[in-house]
Amino acid sequence: MVLLVILAPLVLAAVAFAWPDGRTRPWLLLAGAVVHAAGMISLWVSPDGPVLSGYLDLDAAGTVVLSTSSALFLASAIYAQGYLRARDDRDNRVFVGGLLILLSAMTTVGMAQHLGVLWVAIEITTLATAPLIYFNHNARSLEAAWKYLLVSSLGIALALLGTFFLALSGAGPGGPKSLLLADLVRDGGHLSRPWVRAAFVFLLVGYGTKMGLAPLHSWKPDAYGEAPGLLGALLAGGITNFAFLSVVRVFQVTSAAGEGAFAADALMALGLLSMALAAVFMAGQRDFKRMLAYSSVEHMGILAVALGLGGSAVTGAFYHVVNNGLSKGVLFLAAGNIHRAYGSKRTDEVRGAARRLPVSGPLFLAGFLAVTGTPPFSPFWSEFMILNGAVSGGRYLVAGLFLLFLAVIFIGMGATVLSVVQGSDEGAPGRPGFRDGWLTAGPPLVLLLVVLALGLWLPRPLLSIFSAAARLVTGT
Amino acid sequence: MGAWTDMAFILVVVLDLFLLASSRLGAAIRAVALQGAMLSVLALLLTSSGHSLRHVLVVAGGAFLIKAVLIPWLMFRAIREMAIRREMEPLVGYVPSMILGGVGVVLSFAFSRGLPLPTNEMHPFLVPTALATVWTGLLLVVSRRKAVTQVLGFLVLENGVFVFGLLLTEFMPVMVEAGVLLDLLAAVFVMGIVMFQINREFASLDTDALSSLRD
Repeated sequence: MVLLVILAPLVLAAVAFAWPDGRTRPWLLLAGAVVHAAGMISLWVSPDGPVLSGYLDLDAAGTVVLSTSSALFLASAIYAQGYLRARDDRDNRVFVGGLLILLSAMTTVGMAQHLGVLWVAIEITTLATAPLIYFNHNARSLEAAWKYLLVSSLGIALALLGTFFLALSGAGPGGPKSLLLADLVRDGGHLSRPWVRAAFVFLLVGYGTKMGLAPLHSWKPDAYGEAPGLLGALLAGGITNFAFLSVVRVFQVTSAAGEGAFAADALMALGLLSMALAAVFMAGQRDFKRMLAYSSVEHMGILAVALGLGGSAVTGAFYHVVNNGLSKGVLFLAAGNIHRAYGSKRTDEVRGAARRLPVSGPLFLAGFLAVTGTPPFSPFWSEFMILNGAVSGGRYLVAGLFLLFLAVIFIGMGATVLSVVQGSDEGAPGRPGFRDGWLTAGPPLVLLLVVLALGLWLPRPLLSIFSAAARLVTGT
Repeated sequence: MGAWTDMAFILVVVLDLFLLASSRLGAAIRAVALQGAMLSVLALLLTSSGHSLRHVLVVAGGAFLIKAVLIPWLMFRAIREMAIRREMEPLVGYVPSMILGGVGVVLSFAFSRGLPLPTNEMHPFLVPTALATVWTGLLLVVSRRKAVTQVLGFLVLENGVFVFGLLLTEFMPVMVEAGVLLDLLAAVFVMGIVMFQINREFASLDTDALSSLRD
C-alpha cells in the first residue's frame, strides 16, 4: 500500500501527459486523488510497516502531514474539475500531469526515513511546482515561477550540503555511517557535534526556504499571488507542511546528538521573525492573494516556534499542521473563486464579494476567522496548546510576543478581508459567466466544516497520533 | 600524484575567482565547464583502496559528461539563440566581487581549520575548496542580473557541494551521488525552458525586467 500511493499518481501522471483530450483529462486528477485518499485510509486501518529496507515508512509524524495533504488534494482535485472547465482556453496537460507528480513526490517526503531520499523528493516537489505556477502563461506568472525555481533551488542545494555534513558527522569511529533516520537517532551520541551543528544551520536554511520562513520567504508572495488558487492551496497547505516535516526530521537527529538547545533557539528566533514580518506586511496589503502568502509565512513561523518550544507545544504543532493545511485550503480556494468572478485581486477594486458570490464570499470571511485562531475553529485550539506549552515551560517572552503578533495579524488581515467581502459590488470590475457552483464552492465549504468540526470535537485517535508524532521529536 | 591533486584543487579555486571577475558569458561558461572537468579528475585522483572502482567510474564519468559537456553545451545553445554576450552592469561590480570571493577563500580555510573532520582526512584542501566554491556560487547568483549568469552561479554552487560529496564516496550509497547529478541536470533543464520563455516574453534575458512583482 505504501508503494501504491507513491506509484499510482506517477502512473496517472504519465497517462495524463499522453491523454489526448483536454476536457476529460482533469478526471485523471480526481482518480489520482481518490486512489491516494483510499490508500491513506487503508494505511490508517492497517499500517504496512517499513518497506524497501527501511527507506520508506509511514510513522506518526508522516501520517499527520500526509493525511492532511491527501484530504486537501482531494478537495483541490474536485475544485479543479470546475476550475479547469472554466479555463478551457488553456492547455491543461502540464498542469494535470505536474499536480500528479507533485502528489507522488509529497507522498515520498511524508514516508522518507532516509535523509537522502527525503532530499531528492523535496527537489522533485520544486521541479514539479515551477511549471504549475506558470499556468497563466503571462509575464507576471513567469516572473513568479523563475523566482520560485531559483530561490528554492538555492535552498535545496544548501540543504544537500547540510545533508552531506550530517553524513560526515556520522563517519567517525562508532558513528552510524548512514543517513537512515533510525540509525542517526540511535547513534546520536557518536555523531561529531560541531558538524551536526553546521549541518543543522545549512539544513534549516535549505528546508526553511521551502517552508518560506522569514527572511527566506521572498518567493512566497509572488508564487501565491500568481499561481491558480488551487495550487496556492497545495503550496500553503501541502508543500510547506512537508518542508516543516523535513525540518522536524533534522531536528530529531540534532536533538539526539545533544545539540537540541541550540537548534531550538534557532527555530524560535526564525519563527518569531516570520510572525513579526507577516504582521508588518499583512497590514495594508493591496492584493488579497499576496496577503494569504504572508498568512502562510506567519503559520510556518508558528510551527517553527512550537517545534523549538518542545514539550506539549510540539503536540500542538502537529495539530496545527492539520488545521493550517485545511484552513489554507478554504482561504485559497475561496480567494480563487473571488479572483475569477472579479478578474482582479486588488483590494481597492474588489468589494461586495459576499453579495456577488453568496458562498465563496462568506467562506473567505469564515476562513479568515478560522486561520487567525478565532474560537470555535480548530486553529484556536492548536494555537492555544502551543501558547500553553510556552507558558508552562516558563517561556513568558516567547508567549507574549506570540500573542502580540497574533493580535496584530488578526487586525491587519481582518481589515483587508472585510473590505473584500463587505459592501456593494456595484461598479467593481467583473468577469461575466462565473458564479459559485457545486464544484468550485463545495470543496472549500466542506474543508471549512471539517475545520469547524475538529474545533468542536477532536477525536481521540487524532489526539493520540499528534502525541505520538510529538514523541518522535521530544523523545518522551 | 599529490602535487597533481594540489594543482587540481587550486585550479578549481582559481576558476571561482575568474568567474567572479568575468563579464563575457562565453568565457564564463567555458570556465564552468573546465571546473566540471576538474571535478571528475579530482574524483579519480582521490581514489583510495577503500573505494569500489565501479562507483568511482560512475561518479567521475557522470560528472564529466554532465558538468563538463552536456550542460555547457546547453548553455552555449541558450546564449547563441538569445544573442547575448556580456553581463552588463552587475549589481556588485567585478572588483568588489573578486574581493568578496577572496575573503570567502580565506574564511573557508579558517573554517575548516576550526572544524576537524571526524574521518581520516582525504586532502587538506578539500573542505576549503568546497566551501569557497559554494560561496562563489551564492555570490554569483545574488550579484548578477542575467538569468544565464544566475544559472551559472547555481552550477558553481552545485560544484562546491559535489567537491564536499567526494569526502563521502567511501561509505555513501551511490544513490545520493546519482541524485546530485540527476537533479543538477533536471534543474538546469527546467531553468533552460524558463529562460526560453523569459526570452519570448521580454525579448531579453535580463531578470531586471522581472520586477513588476513587489510590495
